[in-house]
Amino acid sequence: MSKKTEEIPDILTGEYFTTGNLAVAEGSLAAGCKYFGGYPITPSSEVAEHMAERLPQVGGHFVQFEDELASIASVLGASWGGWKSCTATSGPGYSLMVENIGLGVMMETPCVIVNVQRGGPSTGLPTLVGQQDVQQARWGSHGDYEIIALSPNSVQECFDLAIDAFNYAEKYRVPVTILMDETIGHMSERLVIPKRSQVKRLNRKKPSDKPGQQIHLPYEADKDLIPPMAVAGEGYRTITTGLTHDARGYPVINASAQKKIVKRLCNKILLNKNDIIKFEEYLLEDAEYVLISFGISSRAAKGAVNLARNKGIKAGLLRLITIWPFADEAIQEMAKKAKVIFVVEINNGQITREVQRAAAKQKADVYGILKLGGSIHTPAEILKEMEEKI
Amino acid sequence: MSDRIEVRFAGFGGQGIALMGRLVGETIALHEKGKTAIMTQSYGPESRGGASSSDVVIDTTEIDFPKATHYDYFVCMSEEAYTKYIGRMKERGVMFVEEDLVILDAHAKKASKIFKIPATALAETLGSKLYANICMLGYVCANTDLFKEKDFMKVMKDKVRARFIENNIKAFNLGKNHKG
Amino acid sequence: MIKKESNSMILDAEAHPLDSYLRPGRIPHIWCSGCSLGSITTVVIEAIIESEIDPKNIAIVSGIGCTGRAAGYLNFDSFHTTHGRALPFAIGLGITDPNRKVIVISGDGDIASIGGNHLIHAARRNADITVFCVNNFQYGMTGGQVGPTSYIGQYQTTSPYGNIEEPFNLPALAASCGATYVSRWTALDVRRMKESFVEALLHKGFSFVEILGACPTTYGRRNQLRDGLTILENFKNRTILQHGIDPMKAQIQKDGPIIVGKFVEIQKPTLTDNLLRLHKMAKNVKPEL
Ligand code: SF4
Repeated sequence: MSKKTEEIPDILTGEYFTTGNLAVAEGSLAAGCKYFGGYPITPSSEVAEHMAERLPQVGGHFVQFEDELASIASVLGASWGGWKSCTATSGPGYSLMVENIGLGVMMETPCVIVNVQRGGPSTGLPTLVGQQDVQQARWGSHGDYEIIALSPNSVQECFDLAIDAFNYAEKYRVPVTILMDETIGHMSERLVIPKRSQVKRLNRKKPSDKPGQQIHLPYEADKDLIPPMAVAGEGYRTITTGLTHDARGYPVINASAQKKIVKRLCNKILLNKNDIIKFEEYLLEDAEYVLISFGISSRAAKGAVNLARNKGIKAGLLRLITIWPFADEAIQEMAKKAKVIFVVEINNGQITREVQRAAAKQKADVYGILKLGGSIHTPAEILKEMEEKI
Repeated sequence: MSDRIEVRFAGFGGQGIALMGRLVGETIALHEKGKTAIMTQSYGPESRGGASSSDVVIDTTEIDFPKATHYDYFVCMSEEAYTKYIGRMKERGVMFVEEDLVILDAHAKKASKIFKIPATALAETLGSKLYANICMLGYVCANTDLFKEKDFMKVMKDKVRARFIENNIKAFNLGKNHKG
Repeated sequence: MIKKESNSMILDAEAHPLDSYLRPGRIPHIWCSGCSLGSITTVVIEAIIESEIDPKNIAIVSGIGCTGRAAGYLNFDSFHTTHGRALPFAIGLGITDPNRKVIVISGDGDIASIGGNHLIHAARRNADITVFCVNNFQYGMTGGQVGPTSYIGQYQTTSPYGNIEEPFNLPALAASCGATYVSRWTALDVRRMKESFVEALLHKGFSFVEILGACPTTYGRRNQLRDGLTILENFKNRTILQHGIDPMKAQIQKDGPIIVGKFVEIQKPTLTDNLLRLHKMAKNVKPEL
């Protein structure tokens, strides 16, 4: 990093009219991101293009790689070099990245992956909206793990959640996915970039032992289950591996070491659900008909709630901002009171399934109001489907 | 919902259609008190050749649905765009057309008002047809209360390259002063 | 009979001088007896010492495979990554600090097969990385399957009738893609290997060294080379030293000559140089939002 004060700041305080893709890039910079490794893919490429322009201005680096396999690997590498780092992609690219997202989980590497979703499977609908990667973000890599995924529903939130994503990544030492979509990525609306003093930046914990004095234990977790992170070049002779390992970072290939590490990797997220899970409640106090939605779909869902209320239907909205870990408890509570829960999403019921699981044995029935990609719901469409079930 | 206004700008690639939406969207979103605006544009292979479009949705509350589906205003700069999109203009919508490039047919009858301007020819008096889009926006500004001139000028000066600003101001004024 | 006090001295003397470069508690390693990976790792350590690079600035990255395990034995910042992805991981790690020396130690399958795309692009962009690629002609860790460096007629578990495909010529591949330092040695050429390792470590840009390793367990036994020594003997009989030769002429065929030497050594701006150059260029550009 260059020592001299940068002429062009990383936080461009001010008011803008811009896209979600640019906002998520600026949010990343505001969070302190210094490195982006990526590969072009519609509809996320503008994130890379903007980072290519901006990172050199703030003393960081942008590298366009040969593919997404390399992009995510480089992001992990840069994070171990001590830089906050991220990449951006869409479904097909995310599919290529999941292996090393698993490595990121196992090595406990802070990083952020932006997925601007389009319709799938496969090449699907490159230029059109989808929300079909939500379960992939949860389960995409092999093995058992817990992960964090956030989903913005406005340009402003693309910026705000980028900061949250980096902060969670640093705090919990885990890859964090921002699940955007083509519509949010490409639409322009008002963005307010706050003053530097209003941006909260969290950094990974540093080891308390002095380097070189005794053998450093890179995976000795504190009480919060998170080990401090010694990065390259600090003299700790840190060691990390994708193999099941012990506190020393040495491979240990047996069932008890496996249980220990997998439990800790899961619990460091699960035990902090209260800190990680965010949602927005709209007219829920007396709601009999609850819509659950996220991302772009949640805007139309809110519109549908307003239409329903105008007709005297007691509707409300629970908008998931954090998708993973899942807001089981909040939904369970909702399902005790509500008559019907509708999940509005642009996929074949990926979150509907989760809601059905969380709401099992409660009063409310759960239905999906689903689109399969290519277009977004209108509030009127949602209301119509609600009325059919009421 | 009742305050919602949808504007579609449409033409062909190279006319600066996306810029029209962008400038108008920003002018409203950042300068019109109590209003929000969202701009979306045609994207991908669709935007490379042929028809190009951009939409601005305006409301006094949060915008729940960001896309334009039934335009209150249809600003049309090419024949192809006219045939493609006229069907989605509201009954009694307001039309602005580049009169040398669009031949109106019976469909246009549903418009409550049609404003016509030879924006390209006017722009060419400034040395380039590239100013046609801003000329059209001057005309739109003068005949609607979508946005204010002084706000638009602020945004335009910030977004357009310095050496084009002067001619863009002239183009805007040509549109503003045009009597249809 | 040795006296007590001198006994401890002897023990001290026997504490291997390279011990501090190996991770405590990681030895014995998992490599087979007769495998050349142990001795190659020793040469790597000796070369690092001789290069006088501050150990603090050294990072070892490897992928998956027998060779890939080297990262875990070496007592530097070390990163044992996924199969094929050592190079891009190393690039990300390296560019965060221009003083960092990133060394990738991995096998032919890791670097040239599953990671082949990353190899050619890392060479193209002259990334500041030193690659020690141990070529054992097949996949050892998984039990001896045929690989992209197996020669025609080579017997492996997935080429039971003999390999039918042309092998990669790794130095030629790296050189043609833009590597700025390229050499090849056999595991037997310890002295030249070490000299070359030192050069590669001190080289600015993408340096690529191929080491032909002896893998008796999954290669030798299937190909009438029953132990490590026999393989080394075979290398010795076939080796021809030809510095500066066009690496295209250094293809390895069954029983043919093995051409070793330093094939390429040129200076070009590196990836990090170029990235740092951008910092100056970007300064006066107004961000467009
Ligand atoms: S399988 Fe071959 S390369 Fe692997 S450790 Fe054994 S001898 Fe060495």
